Amino acid sequence: MESSKVIHAFYNDDEVVLDAVKTVKADGHHIEEVFCPFPVHGLDKAMGLAPTRLAITAFFYGITGLSFAIWMTNYMMIQDWPQDIGGKPNFSWFTNMPAFVPIMFELTVFFAAHLMVITFYMRSRIWPFKEAENPDPRTTDDHFLMEIPVNNNEAEITALLAKTGAVEINVVDKH
Amino acid sequence: MYQFSGKLKMFSIALIIIGALGIAYGFISAPTTVEEAKEIIAHQSSHGDDHGASHDEVKNDEHHSDAVKDSHANDHDAAHDEHVFHQLQNKPWAALYVALFFFLGITLLVLAFYAIQRVAQAGWSIVLFRVMEAITANLVPTSIVMLVIIVTAVMHMNHLFPWMAEGTFTPGHENYDAIVAGKSWWMNVPGWAIRSVIYLAIWNAYRFFIRRNSIKEDTANDGGKTYKLNYNVSVGFIFLFMISESMMSWDWIMGLDPHWFSTLFAWYVLASLLVSAVTVIAFVTIYLRSKGALPGVNDSHIHDLAKFMFGFSVFWTYLWFSQFMLIWYADIPEETTYFVARFNEYKVPFLAMVAMNFIFPVLVLLNSDFKSIPWLVVIGGVVILAGHYVDVFVMIIPATVGAQWSFGLAELGSLLFFLGIFIYATFSAFAKANPITKGNPFLEESEHFHYYNIEHRGEGSGDHH
Repeated sequence: MESSKVIHAFYNDDEVVLDAVKTVKADGHHIEEVFCPFPVHGLDKAMGLAPTRLAITAFFYGITGLSFAIWMTNYMMIQDWPQDIGGKPNFSWFTNMPAFVPIMFELTVFFAAHLMVITFYMRSRIWPFKEAENPDPRTTDDHFLMEIPVNNNEAEITALLAKTGAVEINVVDKH
Repeated sequence: MYQFSGKLKMFSIALIIIGALGIAYGFISAPTTVEEAKEIIAHQSSHGDDHGASHDEVKNDEHHSDAVKDSHANDHDAAHDEHVFHQLQNKPWAALYVALFFFLGITLLVLAFYAIQRVAQAGWSIVLFRVMEAITANLVPTSIVMLVIIVTAVMHMNHLFPWMAEGTFTPGHENYDAIVAGKSWWMNVPGWAIRSVIYLAIWNAYRFFIRRNSIKEDTANDGGKTYKLNYNVSVGFIFLFMISESMMSWDWIMGLDPHWFSTLFAWYVLASLLVSAVTVIAFVTIYLRSKGALPGVNDSHIHDLAKFMFGFSVFWTYLWFSQFMLIWYADIPEETTYFVARFNEYKVPFLAMVAMNFIFPVLVLLNSDFKSIPWLVVIGGVVILAGHYVDVFVMIIPATVGAQWSFGLAELGSLLFFLGIFIYATFSAFAKANPITKGNPFLEESEHFHYYNIEHRGEGSGDHH
């Protein structure tokens, strides 16, 4: 397998990088990755990234938490040991339901929040001791980097990127 | 400029006339003597009506069958008939009062929401200012009807407020009520009437001022002086509003159950009216936009309004449940009677309200895409508004007519009557001013408002990334 090359184009302004992404997309090139020090509004749309489904997972995690809370309160307070505590009606789950609502609410939020965050970590491949992937430390401070794979059209892409206001263009071997 | 179409005008006037007929029917069919009341009840029971049947059960419970002497039972029956007679007499008044409070409260909260937008210097809502101002025009007619209710209550023409009955504060009188008498420093007719008039005066004064000065702002060109004045007056109004709204809900709603009290009640009333107010703003906005009268409004504005509808629905539920659960949990008799009365006779509206005001809006408006689709917002909004009408109904009707409630011509007529007034007042006010507040420094931002997450349909979004 030949060693694949990529072009790293550096920018120092979010507006410029946004326009550059649009130009490169319009010219029909694939953008491998864009590294930014902070979120740039509209970048995902410009790159044509699919919308996230994280909120949908959170909804189902919330339903899971709610179901868990209902099952737990019903099993513990109604089925397992229906003791009379201060005159609370424990004949059925519904007669004592208001007392369970705080825990139902909290567990819904707990499941939705934590499982969604864990999903985010897994999907984004973030964990402790993970090796950092940024190709240049300046991208965490004040530079934006666009990475474009090269398929024997190095000169053409370099010329295009030069026109988009790149402050530095490097061709590097991708491992 | 928007033109109040003749068709819509005719429609609103037709609603007012039909509504007035319904209200009149309610008053005509109300009994004028105890005998008539007995007849109505007998009529209901013979039809196997639910209320009549449940009523008999209550009566049997009270009598403990044989244990009570006959003479006592007769006395009891007479007192009972008198009680039912008053409840039936209250019915048309209560029907009118529910619809009046619903529309007056919504209009008032639109005014408060508007003041908040000014004070918060919100950047998104400027293009909706004239819509909100137009809706607040409904404050004038509803305040006038409220004044009529206040005058008739003071003149003892209705029995909506039980503590206004003769002899409530007189020791030895048959109506003497020691608990209510202990509250007479607050609950007395002159104080109540004066406070009521003051609330209405504060709200109408702010509305009159801000409407006039908002139009002045369009052409002021005085380096923001008028704008700052409007800002400062709005700050003052919000302060006065929070105080007057709390006291209003004690005087006008909690006073219907003079033995009962709840500390978060004013917030609860506020939340109910606030979510309805935002829904009404969304409705009028969607309607006017579909007529091409609101050039600056885009899908993101609808999306923001829907977010408020969603958020305040949850807020209402939070307060509703907090009030209910604290009382249910501790189960102190003096507090619990309020919910016992509602749970025994009003189970369906009481529980349906939670589904309509919480579960349905949460499921419909949770999805971000749905919030910018007008017809979905309208569906969610119709259920929210119906749910909060039921909410006001369940606040007022159990205290005034008790088990004798129904939703008939009088109730529907009152709703249509105030809906007609609302449409007439709102759209004629909207036609009287420029649909865009030209002098507002945030207008430019509002016109380009764009929520990043949604796609705008059928409108230019070239000025965004």
